[in-house]
Amino acid sequence: MMKKIYFPLLLGLIVLLILPQFLSSYVLGVFVLIFYYAYLGQSWNILTGYTGVISLGHSLYVGIGAYATTYLVMAFGLSPWVGMWIGGICAALIGLVIGYLGFRFGLKGVYFVLLTIAFAEIGRLILLHLKVFGSFQGLFITPKYSFLSFQFKDNHAYYYIGLGYVIFSLIVVRLIERSKIGRYMVALREDEDAAESLGVNVFKYKMIAIGISAFMTSLAGAFYANYLYYLHPGTLMSMAFSIEIILRPIIGGLGTVLGPIIGSFLITPLAELSRSYFARAGYEGLHLVIYGFLLVAVVLFFPRGVISYIKKAVAPVLGSLK
Amino acid sequence: MNLNLLFQLAVSGFLMGGVYSLIALGLSLIFGVMKVINFAHGEMMVWGMYVTYTVFLWTGIDPFFSFLVSAAVLFILGYLLQRTIVNRILDSPEAMQVLPLVGMAMVFENSARIIWGPDYISPQSRFSLSSLSIGNLMIDVPRLLAFSLAIIITIIVLFFLKKTDTGKSIRAAADNRTGALLVGKDINRIYAVCFGVGTACVGVAGGLLVPIMPLSPHIGAPFTMISFIIVILGGMGSLTGAMVGGFIVGIAESIGPELITGLFHGISLGLDFPNTMKQVVSFLILIAILLLKPQGLLGGRR
Repeated sequence: MMKKIYFPLLLGLIVLLILPQFLSSYVLGVFVLIFYYAYLGQSWNILTGYTGVISLGHSLYVGIGAYATTYLVMAFGLSPWVGMWIGGICAALIGLVIGYLGFRFGLKGVYFVLLTIAFAEIGRLILLHLKVFGSFQGLFITPKYSFLSFQFKDNHAYYYIGLGYVIFSLIVVRLIERSKIGRYMVALREDEDAAESLGVNVFKYKMIAIGISAFMTSLAGAFYANYLYYLHPGTLMSMAFSIEIILRPIIGGLGTVLGPIIGSFLITPLAELSRSYFARAGYEGLHLVIYGFLLVAVVLFFPRGVISYIKKAVAPVLGSLK
Repeated sequence: MNLNLLFQLAVSGFLMGGVYSLIALGLSLIFGVMKVINFAHGEMMVWGMYVTYTVFLWTGIDPFFSFLVSAAVLFILGYLLQRTIVNRILDSPEAMQVLPLVGMAMVFENSARIIWGPDYISPQSRFSLSSLSIGNLMIDVPRLLAFSLAIIITIIVLFFLKKTDTGKSIRAAADNRTGALLVGKDINRIYAVCFGVGTACVGVAGGLLVPIMPLSPHIGAPFTMISFIIVILGGMGSLTGAMVGGFIVGIAESIGPELITGLFHGISLGLDFPNTMKQVVSFLILIAILLLKPQGLLGGRR
């Protein structure tokens, strides 16, 4: 069953590789956002989808990635291509601290959610007061267009880099899913006590999950900083952004490899269109109201996400491909 | 460090703590009975603020009376929210309980923005700028009034829970859901009323805050967080705990920044801890309590 899915995926990849030749810069920009959110959703999915530990503070890691990379450029002239990995390590360390505090003391469910929110808020408030990063004004980055500085004049480069991010995350998640680690994670998600009684070191695998998830999430921060050239903790590290991150994997299908990507392809264009449409019509924020209702509706009526319906619809087609 | 200033801040934080207690009481009541965390609590408080403000704008009735309208509106909102959404997720895993209410928080926040606009508003009511002075101590009259009314409403809610039939049913449902069902209680109605009372508490608190702080659609989230912190500090589901926690957080937020700045200067660090970071103090309290005594100060088993 799994082998058959590689063929359509490869086809999709080839289409995506050729597609930019036919698209306007605006549509390319939408695709860049689709990739960005698919990647973020995938990174969050590693923690929440596979281990069932909910984090509502993933904007913290994006912020760490963005600010660490930018700081390394400002202070040492270090290329973001190198800096992003250092940012990732910082984020992973902070993720591990949060994980240690949470898992070691047995915080579950809502308690852990609160811990993640608390850390994200502390991070946001501290960054908001740092003068190096322009405190309340935010930080403007003057682009020096070149490959080494991760800054490009047109959207084509960002399109391909974004696509690269998504493929990277797909490979990582697929590898995790197939490995022993992934099986242990799913086991402890389904029933923590049962998994523990069978000898799964629950603490260890939760720590691995949050470490990888934080690391991957922060890599997106480097992309964000060098795509938008403007950083402000109020938007980059807000809880609203954390919700943006989790929305797509939930709609697509939690704990699946393709769920976050399908979710992003569905939601991001709609979100972009409705955002600009409602803003022009004078109802700024209406798209967020719709998001809210969407979140409610998905959890109440389609808790397994869109992917479960797609699987049902596509199964006969794939079956005939033999 | 200026002791007089610290004392002044502590008193003002104590008064604010009364309102915090009321907000947390609502959250704690809902959690105690339904084991659901209302992630839209702060956003619903903002709705309470805007309702009171709108009544004040249209009729000129002072917020210190019109907060009762907020209580009624928020009771209805809470009742409907429980009936339509919360009741369906009572038996879901915790993960699935968090997300719909987070979604509703977004709905409340952004619909408030569409209805009342994104800007900060500070209505000038009769008591807005008056203050009392006792010796060296200055007390804001609106803060004192908000405090007193919050305490009165808290006592009324506690009385309602202890003495009235509905209140007794709510407590029965909290203690033993099946038992309450067996003796013929309409559990869905009790839950909806309980959720309504919880959100009415936060509506009252919102109304009382109108003369104290400027309104904006986006100030809800910090209040959601503060009320969680208070409830966790006091002990989940413990109503007395919520009140004690409210005062502790109120005072800590008020004197914390000054105290920490003093500490930094004391060890000759040139750092300041600005007042805009006062939330960090509550988050540090949260982290400390989660690690040291997750069942809360007055909570029993978890």
